[in-house]
Amino acid sequence: MAENQEPRIGVFICHCGTNIAGSLSVEEVKDYAMTLSGVIVADEYQYMCSTPGQNKIMDAIKEHDLNGIVVAACSPRLHEPTFRTATEVGGLNKFRFEMANIRDQNSWVHMHDWDGATAKAKDQVRIAVAKAKLLEDLQPKSVPVEHAAMVVGAGVGGMQAALDLANAGIKTYLVEKDPTIGGRMSQLDKTFPTLDCSQCILTPKMVDAGRHPNIILKTYTEVENVEGYIGNFEITLRKKARGTRDPEEMLAAGIEGSGCNGCGDCAEVCPVIKPNPFEMGMAPRKAIYIYHPQVMPLQYTIDFESCVKCGLCAEICGPEKNAVDLNMVDELEKVKVGCVILATGYDLIPIEEKNEWGYKRHENVITGLEFERLICASGPTGGHLIRPSDGATPMKVGFVLCAGSRDNTGGVAKPYCSRFCCMYSLKHAHQIMEKIPGAVPYIFYMDIRSFGKMYEEFYYRIQHEGAKFIRGRVAEILEDPATKNLIVKTEDTLLGRPVSIECNMVVLAAAIQPKPDAEPIRQMFGISKSQDGWYLEAHPKLNPCGTTTAGIFLAGVCQGPKDIPDTVAQAEGAASAASIPIHQGEVQLEPYFAQCMEDLCAGCGMCVTQCPYGALALIEKDGRQVMEVTEAKCKGCGTCGGFCPGGAIRMQHFTSQQIVAQIDAFLLNPLGGEE
Amino acid sequence: MSDGEWKPKIIAIICNWCSYAGADLAGGARIQYPPDIRAIRVMCTGRVDPLFILKAFQDGADGVLVSGCHFGDCHYLEGNYKCAKRMFLLKNVLKNIGLNDNRLRMTFVSASEGAKWGMVMEDVVKTVKELGPSPLAEKKN
Repeated sequence: MAENQEPRIGVFICHCGTNIAGSLSVEEVKDYAMTLSGVIVADEYQYMCSTPGQNKIMDAIKEHDLNGIVVAACSPRLHEPTFRTATEVGGLNKFRFEMANIRDQNSWVHMHDWDGATAKAKDQVRIAVAKAKLLEDLQPKSVPVEHAAMVVGAGVGGMQAALDLANAGIKTYLVEKDPTIGGRMSQLDKTFPTLDCSQCILTPKMVDAGRHPNIILKTYTEVENVEGYIGNFEITLRKKARGTRDPEEMLAAGIEGSGCNGCGDCAEVCPVIKPNPFEMGMAPRKAIYIYHPQVMPLQYTIDFESCVKCGLCAEICGPEKNAVDLNMVDELEKVKVGCVILATGYDLIPIEEKNEWGYKRHENVITGLEFERLICASGPTGGHLIRPSDGATPMKVGFVLCAGSRDNTGGVAKPYCSRFCCMYSLKHAHQIMEKIPGAVPYIFYMDIRSFGKMYEEFYYRIQHEGAKFIRGRVAEILEDPATKNLIVKTEDTLLGRPVSIECNMVVLAAAIQPKPDAEPIRQMFGISKSQDGWYLEAHPKLNPCGTTTAGIFLAGVCQGPKDIPDTVAQAEGAASAASIPIHQGEVQLEPYFAQCMEDLCAGCGMCVTQCPYGALALIEKDGRQVMEVTEAKCKGCGTCGGFCPGGAIRMQHFTSQQIVAQIDAFLLNPLGGEE
Repeated sequence: MSDGEWKPKIIAIICNWCSYAGADLAGGARIQYPPDIRAIRVMCTGRVDPLFILKAFQDGADGVLVSGCHFGDCHYLEGNYKCAKRMFLLKNVLKNIGLNDNRLRMTFVSASEGAKWGMVMEDVVKTVKELGPSPLAEKKN
């Protein structure tokens, strides 16, 4: 233990190429480190994280019999694991390592202040050495991992992730809040650039997901509560009252009858008519409904908000099926899983709030998703593209790209690129030229971003097919009240002059945003979001599927705008990442547990009330009350330790002595040397 | 940097998940701010014992910043609420011992708010510079 040992610290300073060495004097910091008490060796290297850099640490541990390592480099959030491994391979306990963040929190933020940055780096090293001198051997705690996973959201990303996990032999709960799986992709007509029918490639996947023996499909179900940690998440699901039961549920509930077989007799007699959200409100559905014929599971759902409980559906369903239950209520269920993948998808922004384009004011201005339904053979018009005002076939169709994307004007507009709108607008242009002889698409664009494999080639193809491209952000769309035609006003920035083009119909490539329920889900699972509300990955480049909460992974657009191939690829990545701890069967947790120093504990129990995890309890010991920690529940936040009035709680790796030593090192001893 | 200009000594205790990540993001985005603050990383602001802050002031700190996750976003559910409560009480203690309580600041900076971290740094340094050296620091010298 450190207390009984003379500190023998090695300090290693990284140049990070010129990232650090270009903004402060590494040499000066190294010389300064040697003046600090307890420092036996100080060294510097161009890239400490490289193999030769790590070797320097390992060699120095042996050569100088070190018992503490300080690396001054980037952020511990990036390379603490790297250097801990080097420390361990070098023969020391890996928790005898401390990092000074002289890049992300120094050289990069003080690039033009050489002296200031150098002085700060010296302080950072001194602070790190002060902690390193008090570090001690710790043993990571192994916890078993539940051999099951959960995927939240059953769009194409969620389904792919669930199928991959299931095929890897892992029991997987696929949770979807809608009555069917399939997500946004099932609303699309064709997919770019191959132009294959979206349903044709998606529905087999839906069937696979629905039938897979390892997938437990939970449709019309929401996440209600999350407890636990990697390996041992305990998740409460709310199975919303669906109003019907499938055959399995009938058996389980011991109710006579064969259950819902999707015959649809009920919907025929239902008197309540509501817009179908799947058809973007352009087709009706009944209060008892399915979105479309390919839904999985093929089971009717009652929208109890609009149901008038007339009972006609139950009557026609009859005693043989007996599937309808108008008095059904929500049910809660708890499941245990080792890892979770979030794939909650996206919504279009409320584009009507961008007044200038007149969506919802001008009848013939529609969104890209509405276009998908209108051009789809199984859509509300049977695939006949007609304009909403009069059912006429539009011969001139304007496509407004970046409708709210790459737009810093605030409100509903989004500063980012929504990434797939260029490509689907090109596809839409192709589709109208293909379906309507003589029709002309006008594409109003700022840039065309055809970034994927065979995408640029697709762009050329649409150009050659005769689409008209006008570069400029559309300023305004006016409606001719007599014809309901639309006058699109913009500047052609290539010609440098204003243009206005009369179109029969306009399609807005609206920006996308996270779903409204992304926020409560994020908070329940304890992950961060980026500025725009998309779920935040653990590292944008090196860990794009992971989050900072161990055991929670991301797939698809919930992490940021993506097209189908990227979504599927990330889903496969997330499934692979999630399956690793599950197959290993156990994970190691950082042992930052609270410990009770019983001789100091007065048994007041204040800490017990502070702990958010119920990890602390008072027990009777030698005739008095003392606190006891249940390590399996303790997550190491230290809230108890920050509160204990007697200073009786010791937070491993973040002890009060270590923290005070850091404070003292900065404030009391600016010149180094003996303390 | 002009020579001879008084440089405040400010210590920041920041949580691993939000503010430390936000500070890293400020680095990634090369957001420039004054180099007068030294950060100490803890897992959660809930770990911050008021005694750490009193010790810092006793040592002569001109300012102390505690920064964590936004309310509702704490990696450990509610450590930031508990810290905020303590800081509120601690500010009263500071007032009672005759120290301007603006020398202690609590902020909430998320992992995606690199720009905000830069602004917090500017603002904290400005506030403390306006307050001048801590009377406790002056006593020590």
